[in-house]
Amino acid sequence: MANPKKRTSKSKKGMRRSHHHLEAPNFIYCSCGEATLPHTVCPACGKYKDKQYLRREDNE
Amino acid sequence: MRHRKKGRKLNRTWEHRKAMFKNMAQSLVVHGRIKTTLPKAKELRRVADKLITLALRNDLPARRQAFKILENHGLVKKLFDEIGPRFKDVPGGYTRIVKLALPRRGDCAKMAIVEFSVSGEKKEENLEKAEETAAKENTESAE
Ligand SMILES: [Zn+2]
Repeated sequence: MANPKKRTSKSKKGMRRSHHHLEAPNFIYCSCGEATLPHTVCPACGKYKDKQYLRREDNE
Repeated sequence: MRHRKKGRKLNRTWEHRKAMFKNMAQSLVVHGRIKTTLPKAKELRRVADKLITLALRNDLPARRQAFKILENHGLVKKLFDEIGPRFKDVPGGYTRIVKLALPRRGDCAKMAIVEFSVSGEKKEENLEKAEETAAKENTESAE
């Protein structure tokens, strides 16, 4: 049976996991002042490119 | 092999898919704007754009083709008499998809809104604007 010859050191484990972090989402500030995702309808004011897409009660 | 076969299957049989897109196209004609998942929205464009093309052809065979999808004479009438003429001078791109920032609660699916790119209200707005500018010009020239 194939088995590891040596146990993985804390250092090697840490180095392997150094890329395991979460990526922060890119965001922009909508004209209403709220932070929102780019190229999407702003959930706060329901607008995208100056057009109203959501009514207030639509927002989940 | 699926080489160069376009389109999403959306985890449905072809009958299921066909029925679903018929329903969605009907809703789109009724409401002018519908909210759905992003992949379904992108796939709905194929159906909706074809409907507009049929409406622009505006003959009896085209109406019958549209009826095969809409299955309702009232909707076919609306498509050909109200929605179609708005796209008279539009070179394609009859539908617009806008992405929503918040995913669906439950399965976190990306959501989007599909709409006809030329809305009925917008045209009225433009007309109003045109009238306003025309009125302004008239008053200016009068002075
Ligand atoms: Zn906003």
